[in-house]
Amino acid sequence: MLAASNISKRYGAVQALDGVSLDLPDGEVVALVGDNGAGKSTLVKVLSGVVTADDGMIEQDGRPVRIASPHEAQQLGVSTVHQDLALCENLDVVGNLFLGAERRRWTVLNHIRMERSARDLLSSLDVRIRDIRVPVAMLSGGQRQSVAIARALIGEPRVVILDEPTAALGVEQTAQVLDLIRRLRDRGLAVLVISHNLADVRAVSDRIVVLRLGRNAGEFSTAESTPEAVVAAITGGAA
Amino acid sequence: MTTTLVKPLQPLRAATRTDLGAWPVVGGLILIAVVFGSLNEHFLSAENLTNLALQMAATGTISLGIIMVILLGEIDLSAGSVSGLCAVVMTILYVRHDWNPLVAVAAALGCAVLVGLLHGWMFTKLRMPSFVVTLAGLIGWQGLMLYLLGRGGTINLPFEGLLARLSDTWLPAWAGWLVAALIVAGWSAGTLVNRRLRRAADLPVTSGLWLALRLAGLAGVLAVVVLVLSADRGVPMLLVIFGTLVVCLDLTLRHTVFGRHMYAVGGNAEAARRAGINITRIRVLAFVAGSTLAAFGGILAASRLAAVNQSSGGSDTLLMAIAAAVIGGTSLFGGRGRAYAALLGILVIQSITNGMLLLNVDSSVRYMVTAAVLAVAVAIDSLARRGQPR
Repeated sequence: MLAASNISKRYGAVQALDGVSLDLPDGEVVALVGDNGAGKSTLVKVLSGVVTADDGMIEQDGRPVRIASPHEAQQLGVSTVHQDLALCENLDVVGNLFLGAERRRWTVLNHIRMERSARDLLSSLDVRIRDIRVPVAMLSGGQRQSVAIARALIGEPRVVILDEPTAALGVEQTAQVLDLIRRLRDRGLAVLVISHNLADVRAVSDRIVVLRLGRNAGEFSTAESTPEAVVAAITGGAA
Repeated sequence: MTTTLVKPLQPLRAATRTDLGAWPVVGGLILIAVVFGSLNEHFLSAENLTNLALQMAATGTISLGIIMVILLGEIDLSAGSVSGLCAVVMTILYVRHDWNPLVAVAAALGCAVLVGLLHGWMFTKLRMPSFVVTLAGLIGWQGLMLYLLGRGGTINLPFEGLLARLSDTWLPAWAGWLVAALIVAGWSAGTLVNRRLRRAADLPVTSGLWLALRLAGLAGVLAVVVLVLSADRGVPMLLVIFGTLVVCLDLTLRHTVFGRHMYAVGGNAEAARRAGINITRIRVLAFVAGSTLAAFGGILAASRLAAVNQSSGGSDTLLMAIAAAVIGGTSLFGGRGRAYAALLGILVIQSITNGMLLLNVDSSVRYMVTAAVLAVAVAIDSLARRGQPR
């Protein structure tokens, strides 16, 4: 369980985050929604160590932790899939999954061990790719997103943050990725999904956290909320 | 949006990208052999093919170095000048200062490492474009070479010395066959072990028939090479050195963490950085490898000429080395290509040069034909990339 409380971050004259709190319990998908400029990206950057908060506290299992760099975030088990996926299109699926974390004997790559783990991981996530040894450039958008998410799992994280995972996808591929997110939850991971698409959010999340102008603007249990209430919280209008 | 639009193109993309690999180049080589062979009966003779093998080694080695830089999507224009400079450094230490030839070679390679470090530093720390860094290198290192040569302009290597004899060393027939047999045995053993390990890990394996075909192909090509070269003076030592470099570099690129990171930085530097790869280190190492291989090529060229002079590493050396890398299938966009590209590419270029010289064609025509081949090679590369989302 990762919990951030009273997080504030100021960029010059802009108060991007103003005392925001967010809980990410194990085995739950939390959707973070809000209009442009609501502070979603800044909060994600704070949690993934890209920027440090001016104020506030992050706790893991009740103990306060410091996340000062992406590396420290990864060591704490916080893994982030950015919207641009950051895949090397010329490398194959195995190469991308283990990029920067190659299994090796001295400096020699252990191709067989990496391919075995890659196949096990992809099949446990039910990701279907016909040939995992072709360059990623030849995969569909949904498959790439799946590869990027699978890659986030290589370091055995406890929290996975997905930034707009369905933004560039068609209907069928979106469904595939949403299935994949549910399987992450079933593995007991805490999942944070940032999305603009309220239909996707309602389909996959357990809880919806709304930000507005850098502050918490509402928190809903997905099953018990109405779309109108969520939209109202996002826009600041009356429900 | 783009991904959904691109999706229907996938079958087409798969067809164009089913890794044409080396086949267009091999086809081109066969075409060249047929054309020149029919125009001049001397072209396919053992003596001429041996000369061809000798001519390939120096520029081919420089081309290997250029591939290291091109793989990152950068360019090294200084390779020719660096090859000339280091050959001159080696010769001066060896001839004028009576150093041991091997120490002189090591010192020259050391100079190349420093040059590569400087280029890498300017590129990564001063953020200068690689084109400008190495353009300055192209001009500056040639200037330094001319300065070191002084007014004399030419220094001969002693004919009986180790270095001059290197390019006149030939493997006797039995040694040639032994080397070929060892390569085939090594390749088979490696493939069989890999196959067994993959089976044990329950991974799919390539079909046995396909492997047998490849083995037969490799053995056949090596047998023809040894047969032809042994019919003349034997397998030249220069070819053995060049071949060893190609194989070692290919194994390094494909099977080491360094090689994997080279491809990663060439494919998507930002992704590589976020994955925790030290991209500055990879870039500097690529420039160092490029300069060092260029210097090695320059030393091979000096050995073959038994001298260094003001045109060492000059004229069209650099352009031919870059052209060879590209014709062999290295993508100038970075991230794609193998070390064998240098071997195949230089084989194409040197065959054209050699054939044109035999036909007594003016070098003007030779340049135009080489240009056409280069253009076709890049067109194939670009077409193969078309349809890839980017």
